[in-house]
Amino acid sequence: MIEIRELHKSFGDLEVLKGIDFRVAEGEVVCVIGPSGSGKSTLLRCINLLETPTAGEVVIGEDVVTDPDVDIDAIRRRIGMVFQQFNLFPHLTVTENLTIAQRRVLGRAKAEAERVAAQNLERVGLSDKADAYPAQLSGGQQQRAAIARALAMGPELMLFDEPTSSLDPEIVGDVLAVMRGLAQDGMTMIVVTHEMSFAREVADRVVFMDDGVILEEGAAEQVIGSPGHDRTRRFLARVLDPAAAELD
Amino acid sequence: MTRRQRERAVRAAQYLVLLAAVGVFAALADWGRINDAFFDVDVIRELWPEIITVALKNTVLYTLCAFAFGLVLGLVIALMRLSPVAAYRALATVYIEFFRGVPALLVLIGFGYGIPIALNTELPGGVLGTITIALGLVAAAYMAETFRAGIQAVPKGQMEAARSLGMSHTWAMVSIIVPQAFRIILPPLTNELVLLTKDSSLVYLLGVTLPTRELAKFGRDSLNQYVSMTPILIAGLAYLIITVPLGYVVRRLEAQQAKAR
Repeated sequence: MIEIRELHKSFGDLEVLKGIDFRVAEGEVVCVIGPSGSGKSTLLRCINLLETPTAGEVVIGEDVVTDPDVDIDAIRRRIGMVFQQFNLFPHLTVTENLTIAQRRVLGRAKAEAERVAAQNLERVGLSDKADAYPAQLSGGQQQRAAIARALAMGPELMLFDEPTSSLDPEIVGDVLAVMRGLAQDGMTMIVVTHEMSFAREVADRVVFMDDGVILEEGAAEQVIGSPGHDRTRRFLARVLDPAAAELD
Repeated sequence: MTRRQRERAVRAAQYLVLLAAVGVFAALADWGRINDAFFDVDVIRELWPEIITVALKNTVLYTLCAFAFGLVLGLVIALMRLSPVAAYRALATVYIEFFRGVPALLVLIGFGYGIPIALNTELPGGVLGTITIALGLVAAAYMAETFRAGIQAVPKGQMEAARSLGMSHTWAMVSIIVPQAFRIILPPLTNELVLLTKDSSLVYLLGVTLPTRELAKFGRDSLNQYVSMTPILIAGLAYLIITVPLGYVVRRLEAQQAKAR
């Protein structure tokens, strides 16, 4: 359903993506792991064109996203995105956060949009927070609301950009549980994450990125359990047991 | 003496000095003359009700019209200033530098006398139309900069989240970014409204008639007519009738929005 060919992205002189080839099938859950600065988030942001690739192609279904003539708003409607910083709209209630794009982008009537919003809030366990403002929610609740906001648009594909990285450890589980549920429902997902146990349990495939290239990919058990590359091994050792990690 | 005792003594001394100064002023002032000049009840009776029904009404009317025009134009200029199109940015910058740098008084004279001479036609709406356009143009330059700062203060992730939901840049601006920017700039925007309230007194340059007089002109005319300072004082107080409640309303608005932040 997604095919990425020879993707390059530079910021000025800094080349962040150095030729990525990558496919995701429908219903597949792919976790992208790797050290900071390896280009994971940039790859994700190139898929819905929050960053414009320098070269290469991104194809979603039949549509070439990187074609300059494409209606990018129409494509983004089909791709849900969840950010590390949640990015809920602070001036709107939770329900309004979920309905504003449904109404303005999909042209749904108010009642219809609110019905869809209520369904999705129930799905992430936030029905009781429908009328609250984002500032009145905990970090974990905000992130679940942000997931519900993306789901309310009925996306074919969900992108998660380190969805649990700015959460306190004890509430990470709530967000991961919602994501696990989505995966079980057959949603196509690309997840940039540092949660190795989540990747191991939920991902159909794990991709290890380092320094702008995909160094290794395969089944979670294989990449995380018995990595073939030295750099993958070192990275995993550091993530799985930060206290024991050695300095390079 | 302990430190606390010393602090108390110093504070007591400060209060004593203030009391003494007030006392000396009260003893030396000629209260009879002050009273006659500023609180002449007969004059106050003469001012009533025109000071409210004409003067205060006109001040509010001129201010609101100029503010509304300036607000809309200022937002447009700010969006031009942030536009990816270089020509729009340049145009907005020139506009802001010009109208922010030139005294409002000159702009008003330019529109009141310059345009009618140059184009051989009056601006529509008479005195109200002229002051709305002239003061609105000046206010727009200030408000454009305020808007720009407010828009830039909204975190980048807000635009990204809106765009990732499929909203166009324009819709994201209108429904997500600008409403949040408004909240950030509410205090400086209030300042602009208060400044405009006082600048509306410049309307006298256009040669106003009895029904188009506002507070300052009304006060000065009455000063000449009754040879008393009372109208000036009353006109001054009337300005406070506008600005003090305004400050109160804005503080309430801010407190209300604090929970949605």
